[in-house]
Amino acid sequence: MRVMVMVKATKDSEAGAIPSAELLEAMGKYNEELISAGVLLTGDGLKPSSAGKRVAFDGPNRSIIDGPFAETRELVAGFWLWEVKDMDEAVAWVKRCPNPMPGPSEIEIRPVVDATDFGEELAPEFGERLDRLRERLPER
Amino acid sequence: MAASDTHRAIETVFRIERVRLVGGLARMMRDVDLAEELAQDALLAALCEWPRAGVPHNPGAWLMATAKRRAIDRLRRTAMLTRKHAEIGRDLAEDGADPVAALEAALDDDVGDEVLSLIFTACHPVLSPDARAALTLRLIGGLTTEEIARAFLSSETTIAQRIVRAKKTLREAGLSYEVPRGRERAERLASVLEVIYLIFNEGYAVTAGADLTRPALCMEAQRLGRILAGLMPEEPEVFGLLALMELQASRLAARLGPDGMLLPLTEQNRARWDQLLIRRGLAALARAEALSGARGPYALQAALAACHARARRAEETDWARIAALYGVLREVMPSPVVDLNRAIAHSMAFGPEAGLALLAAIDADALRNYAPLPAARGDFLFRSGRLAEAKRAFEEAAALTRNERERAFLLKRAAACGG
Repeated sequence: MRVMVMVKATKDSEAGAIPSAELLEAMGKYNEELISAGVLLTGDGLKPSSAGKRVAFDGPNRSIIDGPFAETRELVAGFWLWEVKDMDEAVAWVKRCPNPMPGPSEIEIRPVVDATDFGEELAPEFGERLDRLRERLPER
Repeated sequence: MAASDTHRAIETVFRIERVRLVGGLARMMRDVDLAEELAQDALLAALCEWPRAGVPHNPGAWLMATAKRRAIDRLRRTAMLTRKHAEIGRDLAEDGADPVAALEAALDDDVGDEVLSLIFTACHPVLSPDARAALTLRLIGGLTTEEIARAFLSSETTIAQRIVRAKKTLREAGLSYEVPRGRERAERLASVLEVIYLIFNEGYAVTAGADLTRPALCMEAQRLGRILAGLMPEEPEVFGLLALMELQASRLAARLGPDGMLLPLTEQNRARWDQLLIRRGLAALARAEALSGARGPYALQAALAACHARARRAEETDWARIAALYGVLREVMPSPVVDLNRAIAHSMAFGPEAGLALLAAIDADALRNYAPLPAARGDFLFRSGRLAEAKRAFEEAAALTRNERERAFLLKRAAACGG
């Protein structure tokens, strides 16, 4: 299964604090471990929310909200996408991560929705679309 | 945390550490079966100790030290391998008062080697390809015999026997359990890549009644490919194979129609292709090419898959490039099937006559009874307006195929030729 692993923001990360050399080294080593175990698909760190923007939707309207955003603990400071066997394995790997922040911090793991999670819901529409596609294609 | 949760957490840590552990122990004992047993003993010890003392800072080193101590006990008891015993005993004695700390350092040094040597051992050419695949899934993938049996649509007894026999063969071959170097390395690596791709294809093959175990084989093969790429970052064909698997796997969700039938690439809903895997596959292919591996058989097949992956719509497919790549592939990996695919690519790029000209040059004897050959000829003839000949070719193909749906499709095409 694929999981998204999110490093939650803290006051430090939102202030744009540069991680210490030790942390960078430990993180580099940890990332190498993830690669060697075939777990890591992709990942990156994010700039503080002061560099971000939000687009709010309300019916046909779109409005732009500039960062920074208030609810620090709910913000994401970095992410990985992993391929693991199950949530237990994801938890075990996260526990090995060096604390990504100088103070207390949190990492959240969320399974990525799989095509099979849609189940029957997706199939009828998908089937119809294919039939239409087939009609358009020359016989081969 | 409840006791059962603690046990589950410990078992998960063990799962992560197991390959390294078994690899290191196999090298030490020169026996994979014994290595697995010692690793299992170490897990039992952890299940006793850790709930009381807590999970150690470096669980891998703890497990390895525990297993090694048990290995020494065993060697002492049997007293058969006195020389080996002395070596290991000296190693541990020289480590001083805290063998765990010393092992921790040693473990960090050759983590890669322990895993690699186990991969190379499981894929050793003294074993049959089937045995290599089963043993690789068992030792590196950590799959149970039951899981492997289900994946290969085989019985548990068959797989269990296959694994037992493979381990025995390895033991009797008196292998060094080292990562091969020099010229031997290239040969042995080819065998490793072959096994991984075999596992991938076993999972990719479509079977009725979507058994979820089989896509799991695709995942396992990709994970093996990623591990290998992490451990052998200078081997172009490792990246070629990884690229090929990731590009093919990017279509896993899109390749079946609602009726469970395999859809040709041109009819798949490309919005359902996995863009992350495509990007990773293209990056791995670029890496293979940067390592001067563009002419490797896996890299070439990946480059072919990449031509499809890059096309947002089927009409945008770069058939001329595909035709050229097949031209290179047939030099590197001569096969009448490659020639047939090349003819199809030429027909798409340069018109049906170009396809027919190449078909004429194919070794038809080697492809006798191979339905795709007359099916392709029928298609080229149909597109050239030679309907009577096309009809005969489609009928010939329909008579050859064993797949009911394919037969119906080919007969429909024959009927469309009129006459």
